[in-house]
Amino acid sequence: MAEQVRDIKRRIRSIKSTQQITKAMEMVAATRLRRAREKVVAARPYAREIQGMIRRLLPAIPDVAHPLLEPHKSHRVGYVVMTSDRGLCGGFNGHVIRQAQVLLAQEKEYALIILGRKGRDFFRRRGYRLLAEFIALGDDPIVAQTREIAQALLDLYEKNLVDEINLIYMEFISTGRQRSKVTRLLPVEAPTVDETGQEWINDYFFEPEPEKVLDMLLPRFIIGQIYNAMLESKASELAARMIAMGAASENAMEMIDQLTLSFNKARQAAITKELSEIVGGADALKG
Amino acid sequence: MAHEEAARHKTFGLEIITPERIVVEEDVEGVVLSSPEGFYGILRNHAPFIGGLNIGVLKYRQEGKLHWVATDNGVFEMSGNKLRIMADAAERGEDINVLRAKEACERAKHRLGQRHEGMNHLRAELALKRSLARLKAAVGERKRDA
Repeated sequence: MAEQVRDIKRRIRSIKSTQQITKAMEMVAATRLRRAREKVVAARPYAREIQGMIRRLLPAIPDVAHPLLEPHKSHRVGYVVMTSDRGLCGGFNGHVIRQAQVLLAQEKEYALIILGRKGRDFFRRRGYRLLAEFIALGDDPIVAQTREIAQALLDLYEKNLVDEINLIYMEFISTGRQRSKVTRLLPVEAPTVDETGQEWINDYFFEPEPEKVLDMLLPRFIIGQIYNAMLESKASELAARMIAMGAASENAMEMIDQLTLSFNKARQAAITKELSEIVGGADALKG
Repeated sequence: MAHEEAARHKTFGLEIITPERIVVEEDVEGVVLSSPEGFYGILRNHAPFIGGLNIGVLKYRQEGKLHWVATDNGVFEMSGNKLRIMADAAERGEDINVLRAKEACERAKHRLGQRHEGMNHLRAELALKRSLARLKAAVGERKRDA
């Protein structure tokens, strides 16, 4: 009996210490999430404005033939899958990876580019061949990292190792909601040109010539897109971790409550048993 | 009041946007920026224009006061009385610490001075250019206030 009481006590203690960890992780994720959300919002205008500039620029180039705009002939589709370096973030990695698997299953020829340790380990274990991987990207994506990734992707594309590149990542909608999203990165989808704007567009001056301006805009658009996706992915990861750790802390609380109840019952039973033994012994002496 | 009204008719929108955030979003009277083709002075009602931006210092005038911004390479577009500058990086002069900028400048010069294997000369040169632009913007901003 006393042994049972001690066991329960030990379990309560162990769950309490786990709960302390999950609580701390929840709080850390919440703090970082706030910063990550701000960054997502602050970074949005860049890619959007550059896209607008491309849209206004295209009518000035009668026969646009830019390697980053033209679809390639053969078809090896590249997928950039954005996962996290660390776990304990609920269904975050599972969602992106599942989305990636669905898309890969439809392709005859594909190339995989992975961001994040979790995704790399998953696909490696299952024998997928990875064309490139970027791990240990940290909790705070910076543009310099994005430039390196963008450069690597552009190299793959220019060397014809991939004919198309898509990004798969978790889009941040709210703390409670994220969903997997697939966006085309390369070739850049030419924005639809507004027909009514055609006339005044001819009044534009370009310095240097429009083709060179396009050269300046397209790589920046790509960097902007990757950077945005990385920020969205990071915010989603932190939100998922916060929710998962919050749920874990709650579950721990419930377990502790139940165990405390059993602990009290066991203790009471032990006391009752001891009492009845004493009373029984006293009765026997009297008798 | 009449003066303010007149001033408003002379201004246009300036936005300096980097991948991270919007660094400047103001109504200004004039902008001078450096591009591979040379310096451009831009005033209200400038013709629609797209061009390249260089590492350097951008100056804008607001309510008669000059402001300095250090910029990296980029692209700019003037249209509909809005000047959008998409810079790879940008920093307001007032946000730059002069001492630290000076130190960074010295370091960049030192690095460029020493030649050793595997040194990326172009990169070192760009780093120096950037640090000089930052220093210039920081000093320019402080001088105005002095």
